[in-house]
Amino acid sequence: MASLFPRRLLGRRNRATQTERVRERKHEGFLRYANFRWAKISGGLCLLVITSYALIDVTPRPNGGSWYGYTLGTIGALLILWLTALGYRKRKMTRDAWSLKAWTSAHVYLGLSLIVIGTWHTGFQLGWNVHTLAWALMMLVILSGLYGVIVYATLPAALSNNRDEMTQMQMLEAIRAFDRQLHAAAQPLSPEDTAPVLASLDEDPFAGGIRARLSGRYPKDATAAALRALSLSHGGNADARQKVIGLLSQKEAALARLRAHLRIRAMLEIWLYVHVPLTFALIAALSAHIISVFFYW
Amino acid sequence: MSDAVKVAIIGSGPAGLSAAARAAQLGLAHVLLEKTDHLSDTIFKYQKGKRVLATPERLDLRSDCRFAEGARETILGNWDQDAANNGVNVAYQAEVVEVSGQKGAFSIKTAKGAVIAAENIVLAIGTQGNPNRLRCDGYDLPHIIYQVDDPEDFKNQHITVVGSGDAGIENALGVAEEALENTVTILNRSKDFARAKAKNVSDMMEAGENGFLSIRTETQPKLVEPGWLTLETPNGDERIECDVIVARLGSVAPRGFVESMGIEFTGPDREAFPKLSPTFESTVPGIFVIGALAGYPLIKHCMNQGYDVVEFINGNSALTPADEKDLAAIFADLPQKKSVSEWLDYLRTRVRIFADVSPLQMREFMLDSKVAFYRRGEVVFEKGEPGSSLFAIADGHAEVEVAPGVTVPIEQGSIFGEVGLISGRKRGATIRAGEDSIFVEVSRTAALKLMAAVPGAKRVINRISLERQLLQIFKGGLTVDDLQEVVDQAEVVRVPAGKVVVTEGEQGDDVYVIRSGSMVVEKDIGGKPIFLRYLPAGSYFGEMGVLSGEPRNATVKAAVGSEVIKLTGESFRKMLAARPQVRAATEAAVAERAAMNAFIESRKASYSSAVDLYSDTASFIMKEGLGEATDALLIDENLCVGCDNCEKACADSHEGLSRLDREAGKTFAHLHVPTSCRHCEHPHCMADCPPNVIHRGPDGEVFMEPGCIGCGNCMRNCPYGVIRMEAAPPPKPGLLSWLLFGKGPGPGEPSPKWTKKKLGDEKPKKIAVKCDMCKGIAGGPACVRACPTGAAIRVSPEEFLSIARLEEDAG
Repeated sequence: MASLFPRRLLGRRNRATQTERVRERKHEGFLRYANFRWAKISGGLCLLVITSYALIDVTPRPNGGSWYGYTLGTIGALLILWLTALGYRKRKMTRDAWSLKAWTSAHVYLGLSLIVIGTWHTGFQLGWNVHTLAWALMMLVILSGLYGVIVYATLPAALSNNRDEMTQMQMLEAIRAFDRQLHAAAQPLSPEDTAPVLASLDEDPFAGGIRARLSGRYPKDATAAALRALSLSHGGNADARQKVIGLLSQKEAALARLRAHLRIRAMLEIWLYVHVPLTFALIAALSAHIISVFFYW
Repeated sequence: MSDAVKVAIIGSGPAGLSAAARAAQLGLAHVLLEKTDHLSDTIFKYQKGKRVLATPERLDLRSDCRFAEGARETILGNWDQDAANNGVNVAYQAEVVEVSGQKGAFSIKTAKGAVIAAENIVLAIGTQGNPNRLRCDGYDLPHIIYQVDDPEDFKNQHITVVGSGDAGIENALGVAEEALENTVTILNRSKDFARAKAKNVSDMMEAGENGFLSIRTETQPKLVEPGWLTLETPNGDERIECDVIVARLGSVAPRGFVESMGIEFTGPDREAFPKLSPTFESTVPGIFVIGALAGYPLIKHCMNQGYDVVEFINGNSALTPADEKDLAAIFADLPQKKSVSEWLDYLRTRVRIFADVSPLQMREFMLDSKVAFYRRGEVVFEKGEPGSSLFAIADGHAEVEVAPGVTVPIEQGSIFGEVGLISGRKRGATIRAGEDSIFVEVSRTAALKLMAAVPGAKRVINRISLERQLLQIFKGGLTVDDLQEVVDQAEVVRVPAGKVVVTEGEQGDDVYVIRSGSMVVEKDIGGKPIFLRYLPAGSYFGEMGVLSGEPRNATVKAAVGSEVIKLTGESFRKMLAARPQVRAATEAAVAERAAMNAFIESRKASYSSAVDLYSDTASFIMKEGLGEATDALLIDENLCVGCDNCEKACADSHEGLSRLDREAGKTFAHLHVPTSCRHCEHPHCMADCPPNVIHRGPDGEVFMEPGCIGCGNCMRNCPYGVIRMEAAPPPKPGLLSWLLFGKGPGPGEPSPKWTKKKLGDEKPKKIAVKCDMCKGIAGGPACVRACPTGAAIRVSPEEFLSIARLEEDAG
């Protein structure tokens, strides 16, 4: 995919001394890449499909089986296979000049263009069959991808703000440190007060399941419960209790940060668990669609 | 004196042992004095099974003792055998405390009171010095150790660390790691930990609060017994269980002892070495210095010197050093045919900077240098190329292209390339051979050594570099003669990071040229310092004051520790008066800068938040040390989705280890500086690399060539913590077998668990691992190529802090 590389950079490479290599220095995100090059290409492609569809009079009626339908179908199928190859490109660290940003940019915009290419390929004939199943799966893949684009564009700043220069390991380490201090500080407490603190110590910060992870709400949180229980408690060693309450609220804050971190990361990743399996389902349905079309030629 | 030995060798390390073995082979009366009860204490103290490397590979071993890469035990075993087979006369437990007398009749006194008479002395005591011992009974028991090589050697033991400096605290924290299940106590004689860094103290206090180690202040050891330690505490004596004592009480450097014999050093700095003749003889006749103490930390060098020095003492003046063939190879391609020593003399008489260099030093420098013949018109290097080596003209002359089509000759005997050497910046001009010429290229390390060891060379290089820098700044139209007065009055000033050189509003007409480091220019706008400009080494400032006579219109301060050359306003004005066209050019440059300043001020009104952000971001970047970077990885956290594909790409492009930690590091306004190499102008990691394997490559990258001995100096010297000590994991199955069949750990650095399972009991050697900017990979840095969203960028500070950027962003 040398064409994915801006000509400007390639030109520089040729002019430069032999030792200098390609350097991508421009600071721009994947959506704005090369001044929206792939948005323009993809938009042009859609426009071309829509106008040519309107201008070309396919008889007896627009259909996936006409020469025009086959053309769109072939483009669409090849595009789907190429878009799937992003998963391989991303992980294959070859030594030549390629930019995953350029690939992502093309993936996003060309993927969106499939809405037009795929739908216009059908000639708007949808029904309850394997052909429409392939189309529906494709639309679901695109929708999940669209969600991905939106979260990629909006969530990273929130992730950065929330972590505040801490790494995930440091967040976990902070919670462990509070646990150790709580363990020591809770020794003088009465048995009734100790029980909720122990529950908080036993709690796994990762527990709560996918719903809690995505919503960021942990109604059964033992640390919050311990905090409530201890603030209501009387008698016993009040000083020790105050110290434990202080530590519990610090732990609560640390937990909140970790949970927000996990929540944002989950939202950045969850769609891939839909997007990727559906892609494989789509490829299976697409194969069935193509085989059946040729079988009934 | 009839019972005097011909040679007494002090220290039985590789150098001393090799010297003693040669003396024994030659049948000389000799004695090898060793302060402990075994040979080669430094290597003896290495941890069990440690692999000892035999670098540099190209150097042949010339010794009566064997040495090749191998485990510590094998090497020590061989040496014990070799000492016995050669008939070496060793005196153990003979710590030398005093040396008196002169050549032919030295008298050596040991700690036990014995006196040895010797005609010559070979000093091979290394640089470790003697660690201070505990001052209580039982101080000589074997379970007292003075260093911790690998905390993982200690598991489930009672360990007491004595000493509360950084070394002690770091060791204590190391062995107190939770998984090792040690019971760790750290003792401090006084109440507070005043000698240690604040960070170490707070880490230790936290570990103490968490119950990982117990901290005992106002406590010291009173009696050491196997398995037990009696402590003297404020509340009386206490006996605690103790399997290992780590004593970190500092050490006495050997320099004082060496100087007490009357031996002179090359200078007062810590890095100085004893002054030596070509036969390793010190300034005291009859005392020879070899090995690490003489400045040669590698074992092979040491052993060869041991052999050579005894041959010299025995009167063998025809001996050529073991490096003779390497030197011959360096001169082999030249058109004229001369012997090595003829070549060395030729260079010393013809090149100014080599004039004061001794023959021994000359050999050393030439080993790190290249000599090449250039045809007339051949390009030596091009403008903008990275490079930090120094060239000297042995024959012919060079042409510098100061402006397109304008060249200035550099005569035979002079040097070029010194700007790259001093500032660490890219080459400032293209250089060609003016006729068929011979140029010597001295590597940066060798050139710096030369400047440190030979004051005359340093003066010449500094003067030429200043002249050239000025010539370059004022682009032609000037000659060296015009600069005479300016250069005579110039003064080099060291500026620590953050120090103000020029203050806005003050009167002053001195002009400054940045020799090394970098500066930031700030202007007070509305009571707030606004970042105007970043000045890299090689630029100048303060010229507006000279031309206009008005007060300074901006503040200039050092971004990193820097050196500036201060030129007096008066001499500068005289120079401009003599050359009107230079004045015009300078005025044009000043007008351009003034326009830039005006631009910022105008933006301030309409885009105040953009300017503030730009200014604050610039300050943040400077604070993170990027002022000394040449190429750093930054991550825009508005785009980063945390996929860590950059780290995976890094690991998979190299041998399976990532050289960057994306998540770690500081962030400002969503601009994140991850833990990754910045390829500093003057790399801290290069400062002390015993095998000298860290270099700057053709693209400006600071990389390590094979040959790392795993000492960890670079890792400790790096202020940014970007160097890891790690062993390469075993190779993993290909990507497709992972994608399709789930084989192997997948892309990126394999988990330690997988590596451990794969390796079994094998424990490969850990060596330093750092970013090499994907040297030799055609596509360029993999971290940037593999970023799916464009969050990862690599920048140099000039690019990133150019005002053009503000225009781009705001406009």
